[in-house]
Amino acid sequence: MSPSRGSVLSWSVSDGVIELALHREPCNELGSVSLEELERFATAFQLVQAEAHALIIHSELKAGFCAGADLRELYQRSQAIEKAEAARGVRDFLERIHRVLNLIDAAPLTTIAAVHGVTFGGGFELALACDLIIADKMARFCFPELRLGLIPGFGGIPRLKRDLGNAVVRDLLLTGRSLNAAKAQQVGLVSQVVGEGEALRAARAAAAQLGKFDRVTAAAAKKFIKPIPHEELRREIDLFCELFARPTVENGLRKFVESADAQPYLP
Amino acid sequence: MKTAEETLDEILSLAAAHFKVPKEKLHPDEDFFKTLGINSLQTLDLLTKLENHFHVELPDYELQGVSDFRSLAEKVQVRL
Repeated sequence: MSPSRGSVLSWSVSDGVIELALHREPCNELGSVSLEELERFATAFQLVQAEAHALIIHSELKAGFCAGADLRELYQRSQAIEKAEAARGVRDFLERIHRVLNLIDAAPLTTIAAVHGVTFGGGFELALACDLIIADKMARFCFPELRLGLIPGFGGIPRLKRDLGNAVVRDLLLTGRSLNAAKAQQVGLVSQVVGEGEALRAARAAAAQLGKFDRVTAAAAKKFIKPIPHEELRREIDLFCELFARPTVENGLRKFVESADAQPYLP
Repeated sequence: MKTAEETLDEILSLAAAHFKVPKEKLHPDEDFFKTLGINSLQTLDLLTKLENHFHVELPDYELQGVSDFRSLAEKVQVRL
């Protein structure tokens, strides 16, 4: 896998460890360009994953790991075209990003999200596709989608439910509140909490450790313990699309885009 | 148990240190968004700093509409 520097993400391989870095200002919002580059990464990833033992996903931006879907792009695109076409576009986007995240989720190597700062919505869902989450103590996790009249659409709820008790999932989903790294570790979401700015270093140390194990055994262990909730992921896309058709969503997106509120990221 | 004034003073110190502004420039009843010139993402950093320092959880929805340090200190105080 040759190193690649895209406009919003980059990847490289060294000593059997693939590193995928996010770098779209202001906080790695996931829009159409991000999806295209993620798909390019996914293609390259499939070719090289047999030779690697770990994947680390991290952000190069100070603001955080990822603030989630690009709501401004979603709103502007949905305003520029007919509603039926917008609905088809949303479903297509979800199908495509699910393919990428399912591929990362099921990859026959160990995947680590090294997160800091804002890890919200789609960013949280990207982290949840990974096997381990290593968080710096300033990381925050949140599913703010309900304030838009939506549910998380990139596989977040089925994956969170796979990892945590249903009560924690309901708390995060239904209140939309954010959790800090210490609380996230307490509930079992985060495997390690490290000092500020230390998540990537800790992830690299973990990746080096993983390289000591037999790859076939590690892949078999992962496959045994980490089933992909395909049926629920499929139902999530359908429910998201059903909810997206309601006027509540358009109003919620408009409110977000036009907001002069100092706290638009707070649910 | 800290007094409300002690909590307020610690919050002012934390904010001053994190956002690198002199503590004497921060006033309990002023709008901290304006005083500190911070956006929503930086506000989340402040929230995390407070939770880590005081070992409390502050649900975001309880902080909606809170924009001065004294009100923020009251929210922290009831969770100590």
